Amino acid sequence: MFELLGIPPQVLFGQLLLGLINGAFYATLSLGLALIFGLLNIINFTHGAQYMMGAFVAYLLLNLLGIGYWPSLFLAPILVGLVGIVLEKTMLSRLYKLDHLYGLLLTFGLALLIEGAFRQMYGVSGLPYPIPDVLKGGQNLGFMFLPNYRAWVVVASLLICFATWFLIERTKLGSYLRAATENPALVQAFGINVPRMITLTYGFGVALAGFAGVLAAPIYSVNPLMGSNLIVVVFAVVVIGGMGSILGAILTGFGLGLVEGLTKVFYPEASNTVIFIIMAIVLVLKPAGLFGRAR
Amino acid sequence: MKQSTALLAGVAVLALSTGSALAQVSDDVVKIGVLNDQSGTYADLAGPGSTLAAQMAVDDFGGTVLGKKIQVVFADHQNKPDVGASIVNRWIDAEQVDVVVDVPTSSVALAVQEITNKKGKVHLNSTAATSDLTGKACSPTGIHWTYSTTALANGTGKAVVAQGGKSWFFLTADYAFGHALERDVSKVVKEAGGEVKGVVRHPFPNQDFSSFLLQAQASGAQVIGLANAGADTINSIKQASEFGITQAGQKLAGLLVFLSDIHSLGLQTAQGLQLTTGFYWDMDEETRAWSKKFAAKHNGAMPTMAQAGVYSAVAHYLKAIKEAGTDDGKKVVDKMKELPVKDFFARNAKIRADGRMVHDMYLVEVKKPSESKGPYDYYKVLRTIPGDEAYGPLSTDCPSAKG
Repeated sequence: MFELLGIPPQVLFGQLLLGLINGAFYATLSLGLALIFGLLNIINFTHGAQYMMGAFVAYLLLNLLGIGYWPSLFLAPILVGLVGIVLEKTMLSRLYKLDHLYGLLLTFGLALLIEGAFRQMYGVSGLPYPIPDVLKGGQNLGFMFLPNYRAWVVVASLLICFATWFLIERTKLGSYLRAATENPALVQAFGINVPRMITLTYGFGVALAGFAGVLAAPIYSVNPLMGSNLIVVVFAVVVIGGMGSILGAILTGFGLGLVEGLTKVFYPEASNTVIFIIMAIVLVLKPAGLFGRAR
Repeated sequence: MKQSTALLAGVAVLALSTGSALAQVSDDVVKIGVLNDQSGTYADLAGPGSTLAAQMAVDDFGGTVLGKKIQVVFADHQNKPDVGASIVNRWIDAEQVDVVVDVPTSSVALAVQEITNKKGKVHLNSTAATSDLTGKACSPTGIHWTYSTTALANGTGKAVVAQGGKSWFFLTADYAFGHALERDVSKVVKEAGGEVKGVVRHPFPNQDFSSFLLQAQASGAQVIGLANAGADTINSIKQASEFGITQAGQKLAGLLVFLSDIHSLGLQTAQGLQLTTGFYWDMDEETRAWSKKFAAKHNGAMPTMAQAGVYSAVAHYLKAIKEAGTDDGKKVVDKMKELPVKDFFARNAKIRADGRMVHDMYLVEVKKPSESKGPYDYYKVLRTIPGDEAYGPLSTDCPSAKG
């Protein structure tokens, strides 16, 4: 059947695999967004900038302090997460009682400021970040050459996605979090510090973006615009998956990566619009998203 | 519309009333509008550096011409033709801009060419690539200064075919520029007896090229021609090496590569790449002297050919205003074509009837890390391509160049 479409199966498998790799980025980023939206009701437009900051922190750690990729994979998300916590404490926390629109405007403005500052300092051509030695080279799979690093990206994203899902859906801490979204006053009455929990959740969501940024650094050049190029797609992923749905964000992220991969084979010109076409269709047929429930 | 008609009438009356033998400069100021991508994908190769280059040309000229002040303004067209068009309309109709310079991104450049042509203002294009600017979209007030897709094809394209790269696969940025470059290089390849095995057109701008690169690999072509620019080219080259494509024997041809791209890629990844450029800072005393002055004001970054071209074009433009005694668009451009072009940038140069500034181009190879003495010591010049060979004959598609 594949050959009927003029594409040999080998090429198709290669493209599907690549789609999965891109899907890994979509999943990790949309997971953070869904988490923040689900628990804080904030549409976090700074997510792209925070992803970019993750990559830059890794770059700066390497070039200023000589700290390599592996420690950066933990340090950079923590640092970016801390910046997120400061933002939440000083600004975002004042907006929870207002309409979504205020949070959206604030985070969007912050994203522009952060990107502008990095652009001023580092230009737009991007800075090189080497692939860690252990993951250099690749495997010949017969139908394609798979760089080791890209394989690692998929594994790392799957691990982090699963861990997050498990934390929210299957642990006591997660049940507190979910309860606090439903009825914060009641949960607080049980003696749980809800504001602190919300701050930490935002920090964690932002740290996920930073983590994706470090993962991306060796593949794409470390570039102030890398976040804004991606964020719109990731928002579409979240909308398709259903705002606030953790599992939806993960599955849709990988799924849309695959769809995009296929589009790149059959009609490359449309590869950057296909996700939005799907979004439009989903919004018409199922306005709450594939995995969302109406609020 | 009504307003601009009134304005035109006003200007006409004014022009008639002052139409004596005296030198005339409209609105008592020569205003130079630098229009480019100030913040996106193409900002490093032109961007604020081009504004700086234009200002340097004005300063070196003395800041005034025919006793009137020269002023430089700039704007960000965001690589969008509609944004660029509305800026240029506003500049010309309401802000007394006499000349639009730089204008990377071919789709925007073509829009600007049409407006400036219609309104009789000058368009000095340094950074857009499409050869259509002096072909079917040529204008009596437009000059294409630094390079073109024809020159890139005759430079890099020919060189690669001559080294045995007979079968090609193109990775093309899906807009006016990519299409023009693909067309011009394909022509050169076919004329030299080569073949084009396939094309994939990618969205602009794009980050992940792995999928397109694998299609190029599957085609079995000897050469993968990158008909894209800026960050797109950087990512294509990086990812080609990541996916083992260059190691497996296919050759990459970067059809439009700027010095800033090499700086970002690093020599480790970029070494051995051959490319065509209209300028390199480290050629002789004159280029070094100007470039070092530029770099001192530009965070140490050496000029790209685009930025050096802006300086050269603006300097020649101001000289022509002085000689012509007016800043009238058509008269100045005619004078520019008449005057000899000679500076650190333009060698063996002349401006043709179709608006093409023909000058020597250079086929260069990116140095190995061991050969480079430090940042920006990146190219060795393999060959000087004489202007006539690089730009080919006068375009037959340009109506105003005939007769």
